[in-house]
Amino acid sequence: MAEALARARRPSWLTVPVALGVVVVAFWIVAALTAPLWGLDEPLKMVARRLQPPSAEHWLGTDALGRDVFSRTIHGARISLAIAAVVVLAAVAIGAGLGALAGFFGGWWDAAVMRLVDVTLAFPPVLLAMAVAATLGPGLENAAVALVAVWWPVYARLMRAQVLEVKTREHVEAAIAGGATRSRLLFKHILSLCWTPIQVNATMDVGQVILLAAALSFIGLGASPPTPEWGAMISEGATQFYSWWIAFGPGFAILTLVLGFNFLGDGLRDLMDERSSR
Amino acid sequence: MTEPALEIADLRVAFPGGLEAVRGVSLSVARGEVLAVVGESGSGKSLTMLGAMGLAPRGALVSGSVRLKGEELIGARQARLRALRGDRIAMIFQDPLSALNPVLPIGEQIAEAIRLHRPRMGRKEIGERVLDLLALVSVPDPKRRAAQHPHEFSGGMRQRAMIAMAIANDPDILIADEPTTALDVTVQAQVMEVLARLRERLGLGLVLVTHDLGVVAGVADRVAVMYAGKVAEEAAVDPLFADPRHPYSRGLLGSVPRIAGGATRLTAIPGAPPRLGAREPGCAFAPRCVLAHAACAEEPPLRPAGSGAAACWAADEPAPEPEAEAHGETRHAVTGAPLISVRDLVKEYPLGKSLLPWRAAERLRAVAGVSFELAAGETLGLVGESGCGKSTLGRSVLGLIRPTSGSVTFRGREIAGLPAAEMRPLRRHLQMVFQDPFGSLHPRMRVGEIVAEPLRLLGEVGPKAAAKAEACLERVGLEAGFARRWPHELSGGQRQRVGIARALALEPEALVLDEPVSALDVSIQAGVLNLLADLQAELGLAYLFIAHDLAVVRHISHRVAVMYRGRIVELAPADALYSAPLHPYTERLLSAAPLPDPAAERARRRIAPREPESGGAASGGCPFRAACPRAAPECAEAPPLLARGEGRLVACWSPG
Amino acid sequence: MTRYIVRRLLAMPLLLLGVATAAFFLSHVTKADPLSAIVSERQMNNPEIVAAAKARWGLDRSVPEQYAIYIGNLLQGDLGTSFRTRMPVANDIMARLPATLELVLFAMVFGVFGGVALGIAAARWRDTMIDHAARLVALIGSSMPVFWTGLILLYVFSVALGWLPGPGRIDARAVPPAGATGFYTLDALLAGDIDAFLKALSHLVLPAFVLGWAVMGVISRLVRGSMLDVLEQDYIRTARAKGAGERRVLVVHALRNAMIPTLTIIGHSFAYLITGAVLTETIFAWPGVGSYAVDSARTLDHPAIIGVTLVGAAAFLLSNLATDVAYAVFNPRIGFGGADG
Repeated sequence: MAEALARARRPSWLTVPVALGVVVVAFWIVAALTAPLWGLDEPLKMVARRLQPPSAEHWLGTDALGRDVFSRTIHGARISLAIAAVVVLAAVAIGAGLGALAGFFGGWWDAAVMRLVDVTLAFPPVLLAMAVAATLGPGLENAAVALVAVWWPVYARLMRAQVLEVKTREHVEAAIAGGATRSRLLFKHILSLCWTPIQVNATMDVGQVILLAAALSFIGLGASPPTPEWGAMISEGATQFYSWWIAFGPGFAILTLVLGFNFLGDGLRDLMDERSSR
Repeated sequence: MTEPALEIADLRVAFPGGLEAVRGVSLSVARGEVLAVVGESGSGKSLTMLGAMGLAPRGALVSGSVRLKGEELIGARQARLRALRGDRIAMIFQDPLSALNPVLPIGEQIAEAIRLHRPRMGRKEIGERVLDLLALVSVPDPKRRAAQHPHEFSGGMRQRAMIAMAIANDPDILIADEPTTALDVTVQAQVMEVLARLRERLGLGLVLVTHDLGVVAGVADRVAVMYAGKVAEEAAVDPLFADPRHPYSRGLLGSVPRIAGGATRLTAIPGAPPRLGAREPGCAFAPRCVLAHAACAEEPPLRPAGSGAAACWAADEPAPEPEAEAHGETRHAVTGAPLISVRDLVKEYPLGKSLLPWRAAERLRAVAGVSFELAAGETLGLVGESGCGKSTLGRSVLGLIRPTSGSVTFRGREIAGLPAAEMRPLRRHLQMVFQDPFGSLHPRMRVGEIVAEPLRLLGEVGPKAAAKAEACLERVGLEAGFARRWPHELSGGQRQRVGIARALALEPEALVLDEPVSALDVSIQAGVLNLLADLQAELGLAYLFIAHDLAVVRHISHRVAVMYRGRIVELAPADALYSAPLHPYTERLLSAAPLPDPAAERARRRIAPREPESGGAASGGCPFRAACPRAAPECAEAPPLLARGEGRLVACWSPG
Repeated sequence: MTRYIVRRLLAMPLLLLGVATAAFFLSHVTKADPLSAIVSERQMNNPEIVAAAKARWGLDRSVPEQYAIYIGNLLQGDLGTSFRTRMPVANDIMARLPATLELVLFAMVFGVFGGVALGIAAARWRDTMIDHAARLVALIGSSMPVFWTGLILLYVFSVALGWLPGPGRIDARAVPPAGATGFYTLDALLAGDIDAFLKALSHLVLPAFVLGWAVMGVISRLVRGSMLDVLEQDYIRTARAKGAGERRVLVVHALRNAMIPTLTIIGHSFAYLITGAVLTETIFAWPGVGSYAVDSARTLDHPAIIGVTLVGAAAFLLSNLATDVAYAVFNPRIGFGGADG
């Protein structure tokens, strides 16, 4: 009891890193939504001489086709955030759905879903994503499908474990004793208490999805060349090795955005721990 | 009296934000003396001791004075404190499983305690000392046991190992923080005996921190009752039990159900202890006190009262007459056809999965063929120690667990193994109250919704259901305003009342109550027990009351069934069972149960168990055979539950 | 405990079969036409060449037949033939394995030691500057795109400062040290060639650092978490009540218990290593399995990419199995039903 007291005094989740995470993520979301309104150079148009180092006019220099790297970096947020949002939402919908049903009903359905999960999770994520993307062919949509294929089992497993845990709590037994129907049990008494860890994981995963999506594009399996996608831009920068600024902008963008989501996820997790220990 | 070995003066423990959990506590213990520190959860009793040891949790600010044989500990250097801890002053904790390091062998952990303070002692010498210590605390086969890990020990054995570790260096002071709370009653008695013996043999000063007055009655020399971070009353054990001066001590004693006493109404203390940080100025107990008057706006100091001291302005006033209304009306003989009838109920669990799919896994019989009947308006108490299958039995009766075989009938209709859809309409007649008053309430539903939830079974939702829910809440003593509160805003006792209100919503005929008061403090527990008695008188409910506390069961039950290893070994009217137990296991249980009466407790003789605590389960035959003092050859065959006059059933070939 | 290990071992072949089936599904039942990768566009109009190609790659059989052939070949260690290199995929992988293993090993050592040390320090000095700094270092490690960090570090240390050599396992025109292991550092040492050893080592520094950092981030966060968990346990208080000093509490009581989950973390960090290795090798022109996978994926060389994926999955499964077995051995409580299943 005393430990819980000492802990409760300190709002451990509200820290500088969490605040920083909120600011960074908010910045990129706003940037993604309003990029066309910033009065930047066209991301796809040649606006200056090729391979110019950073200057007052072109903050992050220009690339091999004379396009403004800063403008392309800001516009890149639109693609990365969109793909990450779609992938995480789809993975949660598929994974959490299947996992919840597996945990709740058990039996052969549970066995089938979990074997599929085991097999999928047996693949190292990047290799599976590459194999799927390569099979489907290059393209942003196919990369997204590949990422969903990699991520859904994580949520299936998490949700199933969560449902199995909540299922044994006494309030669920009390609901059964009170004559609750199966659907009422699942939706009102079990699922409503299963979302917190899913939310924390999803927040952290947005960052990881952004990383892996950029990696696919970097390899050449995601966004195709003119698109201002961060991974693809770094790939272009790698071929112009001595013009370091081409890759610097997009890479730094990835780092800050992913770091932001990780800080946020960390804070959410602490908040959750604090709640559950109350 | 000799000079105190440990002297705590004006000790305060505060948390950031100005929350003072311990507010100036002064206590002292001499060598060879036993001081009991009694209080309910949140009274600051454990924190006082942790603070004195320098083990208060991170962020706690400890001030005041703690002197160990004259040496000041508060503000002492860490190195000095470390040298004293485990050597001159030692401590054992409530949960011996989590208090022992799971990856180190027991012997190694005890040896560490010696090595830390006797760096020059030889390896061999330490090894021998470890074995001596284990023998001293009555751990059988010390050599083999020392090499084992904590998970291979039973609860009682773990606590003995903890004690061995604590006394390894012959300390002057041993602080035992709720040492038996996590243990079964028979094991508890054994551990207390070990502690009492050590006090005599080693002459150490023992501080016994507990919430259970019964536990301390037999061993303590002096008792300090704590409330809201302060000592409310301190006195020698006999006068404290005979003539308590603080209204809180009186309330505490009055709210303990007695094994010996009849079914007199308990004097519950109204309200709940103040929450930390939400304390009004003045006497902390005044809001719950029957004697409260204007003077209580000022906090009373601890001052002499009777032969001890009490922190109350009215300590010298005579105790008010308790409103002793017997609830005799619920104790009359119950007649009529049985409401619920259970026959040969068996519940088995597979022990893990078999590696070979065609071979069945080993099975554990949690309930091994149980039969009983429950009449309308009757309370059947079901007692037994942890793991005896009583909770499984209760859930099987309600169909929350599907029994392996056997029959359960409700008003003559078979309900065992009924599919969920057919069971559902019957649920309105059979409801359940759970042990954990927090876990059994959905944390994201308001109290009103929780109570109204079962009404969906009748198709009632919306305002009508809400109104009914409020009526149910009022019936259990919660004003209608509670309907809009969240479970985490309530105290334990209030939560349990919500659980009862939910069970009442469907106007059932029978309730299964699974340890409904074991998670509650004594003063709160009394209120809930009184409520249950009132509800039964009013509504004619039948109760299947499951508990491990013999006194609680006796207090509320018409008939009592004693369970041991999945079977009922004795079933009899409560008074008969308690005054003249027939089964040797019942005898042992009763002899182990602590009595909140010092004289009686010191006078009684306990039946020494013959049993190696764990394992040794007899395959076939009487399950109690291995532990039974009356075991005989015929016990190789399991005795059936046979009638032994006036409604008594005993499963023993040679009942006492 | 034996029971637990046996059950895990029995599950292995089934999982491998599932993995192989998934790989077959990927390579055969998807919309991408493998023919287009084998046969050039102009030759597609020549039915003879198409038929020959189909027969050569077994594409003219029914799907179940193809499946049977595929699994049969797998059992003989045949992963098919690469469209790109025209060599058996298994041979390609074997030839490139030492380079990857050498890189992964160095990265692992750096990541594990750094991660465990950082995690313990962060837990010991919880909520101080040390904790915050460790958290930042760790989070950057798991937030950075390794292919970008590698690029920047190469530019800084190789181009701008000139302290370290450029990409590759050895200098452009140097001859690789001959030896049995294929680990250039080890081979050079065995041959007694200190100069070659230092050269090989200098080439390893940057890629191993980048890869190790990513792993270190994950490990240190989890070690910190499990240390903090353990430090709140009752038996830590017991140790203090015995009079044990802080260092003893940390090393004897906390670390031994925290090592059990840590072991699992380290074993499972293999996944991050593989992910990182694929991309790190690409940036550092490291002639390992990872860059082979990337080149295969870029050229849609299906047998190769799926072969690598299969081998990666098998390695991953085996490492997880080894981890779980080690966990069972380490934890005295397992086998009594505790963490079983």
